[in-house]
Amino acid sequence: MENVAIEMDAPVNDEPMAAEEIKVSAHDVGVFYGEMNALREVDIDFRINQVTSLIGPSGCGKSTFLRCLNRMNDTVDGCRVVGSIIMDGRDIYSKDVDPVELRARVGMVFQKPNPFPKSIYDNIGYGPRIHGMAAKKEEMDELVEKSLILAGLWDEVKDRLDEPGTGLSGGQQQRLCIARAIAVSPEVILMDEPCSALDPIATAKIEELIDELRQNYTIVIVTHSMQQAARVSQRTAFFHLGNLVEQGDTEQIFTNPVDDRTQAYITGRIG
Amino acid sequence: MNEDHIVSSYDEDLEKLDNLIAEMGGLAEAHLADSIDALIRFDTETATRIVDEDKKIDDLETEIDKLTVQMVALRQPMADDLRVIITGLKISSNLERIGDYAKNISKRTMTLAKTPTIGSSVNTIARMGGVVQGMIKNVLDAYVARDADKAEDVRRRDEEVDQIHSSLFRELLTYMMEDPRKIGTCTHLLFIAKNVERIGDHVTSIAEQIHFMVHGTFPSDDRPKGDSSSFTVVETGGGSNG
Repeated sequence: MENVAIEMDAPVNDEPMAAEEIKVSAHDVGVFYGEMNALREVDIDFRINQVTSLIGPSGCGKSTFLRCLNRMNDTVDGCRVVGSIIMDGRDIYSKDVDPVELRARVGMVFQKPNPFPKSIYDNIGYGPRIHGMAAKKEEMDELVEKSLILAGLWDEVKDRLDEPGTGLSGGQQQRLCIARAIAVSPEVILMDEPCSALDPIATAKIEELIDELRQNYTIVIVTHSMQQAARVSQRTAFFHLGNLVEQGDTEQIFTNPVDDRTQAYITGRIG
Repeated sequence: MNEDHIVSSYDEDLEKLDNLIAEMGGLAEAHLADSIDALIRFDTETATRIVDEDKKIDDLETEIDKLTVQMVALRQPMADDLRVIITGLKISSNLERIGDYAKNISKRTMTLAKTPTIGSSVNTIARMGGVVQGMIKNVLDAYVARDADKAEDVRRRDEEVDQIHSSLFRELLTYMMEDPRKIGTCTHLLFIAKNVERIGDHVTSIAEQIHFMVHGTFPSDDRPKGDSSSFTVVETGGGSNG
């Protein structure tokens, strides 16, 4: 019966996902900033090893929703989240979940690259160290190398690991931030417009990286570029005025959306 | 979805595409009608004009090709816009072929004008041409109106064309058996009938494109087909020498 209720709210334009394919499942999620209801009744599942794009005009609630997935909204005064977000069978908002531990499992990459004012090595090593993931220096060396390789940055920085991370180019900094997120062995990676400050070449490298990373992680990306959503994601969800309007396979959303608002937005009409 | 795009020149491009398709379709329809008319009257003057004017249709196809490629490159079309543009590209290709078939009918008309006429075959071709011409007209109306139901009606009429073609095929084979001197003329008429039948197939394809343009899906059920000419054999009548 659950699926019927979901379809009445917003079309889910394909077969329901098998339970074992679902990494994160949001039910009836709403967000309030004080009295203002910024997000309403969001129902969406995120599939393992897939990239899901969240698209929509500014202020539609997509970034607000993304930040629910690792409880980043906890840090915002007056922000209240309702509904449930289940990850591996457990509500991430239940009292016994430690948000710091959760954020290690659900990593995040932001719009503007924000490396720590530390060396490249320490940027990667910081997270594993505070989580006690590497006891010996050799273990840490290995972890730093592996993370940088996965982020496609190793060859460019291997000879200058002690230089400051802030000295890298914008695209390299963003890949450093991705390496930093990967270093703590997350299961889900959230990206909030990760390429909006990058040039097309750096963007292409990040997009290639996203495609490689999805073999090991579940990825959710907020993007203003519909071309980017079309290029990197398997599923797309469209938000408008605090509602999840439509979700489905990316190909379907961009060739044959069901809802008129989705159609108006992605074709560049006044919605 | 009749709202305007935020970028108004995008709407101008889409409107231009519609106008080019309509113009090209109108020409293709006229060429078919005129080529059949020229055939009935063995009017070599009209036939010659159609052959010469086919280039107009070809030029329109080139123009549509350029416009659609440009729109894909510059506008990055999505959803219904994407479907309209891709469909426009394919429909223009169908219309160009229709023009070619009309041109070929006219070329054969010039040859046939030098030979004696045969039975009622030309009238049967004219009837078939009339049906196909009506299909082109309706499919173009369906395109302009974005009317998938009307396109579906067109698609279903192709069965009638196929049936006329099959019976004509048998009729012409009979003439050829009766009098081998008629083989040349009959062969030209067979090709003309086949051309008209192929035009019907292209119109059917356009109707399917319109369904995709409107609904984003391809028509699923198989339409009825009435052409049995591929399976037709004529018994030579054993020892009877008339």
